[in-house]
Amino acid sequence: MDGARKAAEGEILAVEGVSLAFGGVRALSEVGFRVARGELFAIIGPNGAGKTSMLNCISGRYRPQSGTVRFKGDDVTHLSPNHRAAIGIGRTFQNLALFGHMTVLDNIMVGRHHLLRSNLLSGALYWLGGAQKEELAHRRDVEEIIDFLEIQHVRKATAGTLSYGLRKRVELARAVALKPDLILLDEPMAGMNLEEKEDMARYIVDLNEEWGMTVVMIEHDMGVVMDISHRVMVLDFGRKIAEGLPAEVMAHPQVRSAYLGVTDDAEAAPEPAPGVT
Amino acid sequence: MAGAAFRPAGDYRSSYAADTRIFDTAAGRWWCLGAVAALCLLPVVSETTGFDLKYELSLLIQIGYLGIAALGLNILVGFTGQISIGHAAFFGFGAFASPFLNNNFGIPVFFAVPLAGVMATAAGMLFGIPAARLKGLYLAIATLAAQFILQDFFGRADWFSGGTHGAPAAPFTVFGVAFDTDASFFYVVLAWVVLLYLAAANLMRTRDGRALVAVRDHYLSAEMMGINLTKYRTMSFGISAFYAGIGGALYAHYLGFVSVEGFTILFSIQFLGMIIIGGLGSIMGTLMGTAFMVLLPEVMDGLTGTLAGTRIDLALGLKENLAYLREVAIGVTIILFLVFEPDGLAHRWRQIKAYWKLYPFSY
Repeated sequence: MDGARKAAEGEILAVEGVSLAFGGVRALSEVGFRVARGELFAIIGPNGAGKTSMLNCISGRYRPQSGTVRFKGDDVTHLSPNHRAAIGIGRTFQNLALFGHMTVLDNIMVGRHHLLRSNLLSGALYWLGGAQKEELAHRRDVEEIIDFLEIQHVRKATAGTLSYGLRKRVELARAVALKPDLILLDEPMAGMNLEEKEDMARYIVDLNEEWGMTVVMIEHDMGVVMDISHRVMVLDFGRKIAEGLPAEVMAHPQVRSAYLGVTDDAEAAPEPAPGVT
Repeated sequence: MAGAAFRPAGDYRSSYAADTRIFDTAAGRWWCLGAVAALCLLPVVSETTGFDLKYELSLLIQIGYLGIAALGLNILVGFTGQISIGHAAFFGFGAFASPFLNNNFGIPVFFAVPLAGVMATAAGMLFGIPAARLKGLYLAIATLAAQFILQDFFGRADWFSGGTHGAPAAPFTVFGVAFDTDASFFYVVLAWVVLLYLAAANLMRTRDGRALVAVRDHYLSAEMMGINLTKYRTMSFGISAFYAGIGGALYAHYLGFVSVEGFTILFSIQFLGMIIIGGLGSIMGTLMGTAFMVLLPEVMDGLTGTLAGTRIDLALGLKENLAYLREVAIGVTIILFLVFEPDGLAHRWRQIKAYWKLYPFSY
């Protein structure tokens, strides 16, 4: 056990032999990978390959039928999702999942939930139980996140009224507010224009390099994946078919046929259905 | 609190404390304080001058204790996104619990009222346990069960509610001073209203209140943010029952007697009417909606009075049919609000304010 802890020091996440099935559909079969502390790890694959299922197994929304998920050396496979936030796993969603009727500020403050200590009573007493002091202290931290993601102008806006790109950013802000050690990003750039993508890529790299967060992200935009990720894993039909440096993975023949098609123009290939070409 | 409203030019916030106040503007705060001060003067005016405001005071007291209970329902339905059609049962539970504690254990009414709230909380959380698993219509049916079980309990539990005879409730006393008139009891209700509305406003700008709203807006991502869904769903039922219990206890000590008949499902629906008309998820709206529901029959009465003898009166037989016309009016109002102003009076009020701030320009 002690040896396992030691070995785990350099790595923050270890997924071993995870299988997940919905009825007869095998979403994931025997997937395993390791993510080192400080890494920016990308998961790619065609639609339906099991990428989001993989992320859901890490964040606790799904329980894999077999296999283990270790976070900082501890087995968290059966931990409930709300406990994972407290131990340092944050995530964003593929389809926006903001609290639509709350302000941007409140949305991000919800991310502080596990860091706040006030309860029902001290919250209701506000001025007396120290809740105000705590709120204001955390507001300061939240404002730093708002500054970083450049959403100052919408901090009082209702989240549901924002444009798509902004909502994605607010969602990232909310996940960052958790102060996670590991942040899971599910298609952070989906549906964005080039400029928004460039901004988002910058934020992710900054989070990784300056805020020291380990990032695991799912992304379809190959350009972004090639540019910013340190290592890449490729899933296809719930199986891992390759893992390694971006350039290595792109050169992998199975990847080229499964994900990029067999054309030479790897960058432009808009994910053809596997097996068609 | 609610989104970006229009603020007077030059009203800049230079601290986070200034930016997290309950009232968006200083004017709003002073208006509200002024209103409370004016209300404090009402009984004095009624007692000392020629104006007899006894009836108006009794209406205000009614708005007060119903408003407290309605706020509880709004926290459950408007803020947490659950549903309950058993709210009157918890109101009744509080109404019986407080005299029960007072009569049987000699606990002074001053303490029996909050204790009744705590007892109602326990009952609310018990019936709220299914809420952790049920949603929507299924939850509605589960709360319907609470309504009928408690109603039946009131009728049978002689030791608790006095059964079919009902229970006498001693007047509210502090240090031997009895608050047994409308003019004096008014202060008790006002104090509780201010206290509990402030508590709710504070709750909604801190951790647990935000968690409740998060559960309403997107429970899956709320869970990922570290919010324990079971805890907050059950807690919401507890808070809602606490407010209902306090409201019920005040009702009991105001009337001096509690009978088992009052706490029916129709009463529960009326609570829902109050928060729909006032505005789901709005604290001040709750009070507006309650006032609306309490004053609606008064307006109806006035209307029939003015129309007496006219052709409309003869055609409809207003005087004889007043009782059922009231119910019709309540139903029609709820429908009209759902169609034309689903965000309730609170929203309408904000729009009126915005209109006058921009007047004469509409942009």
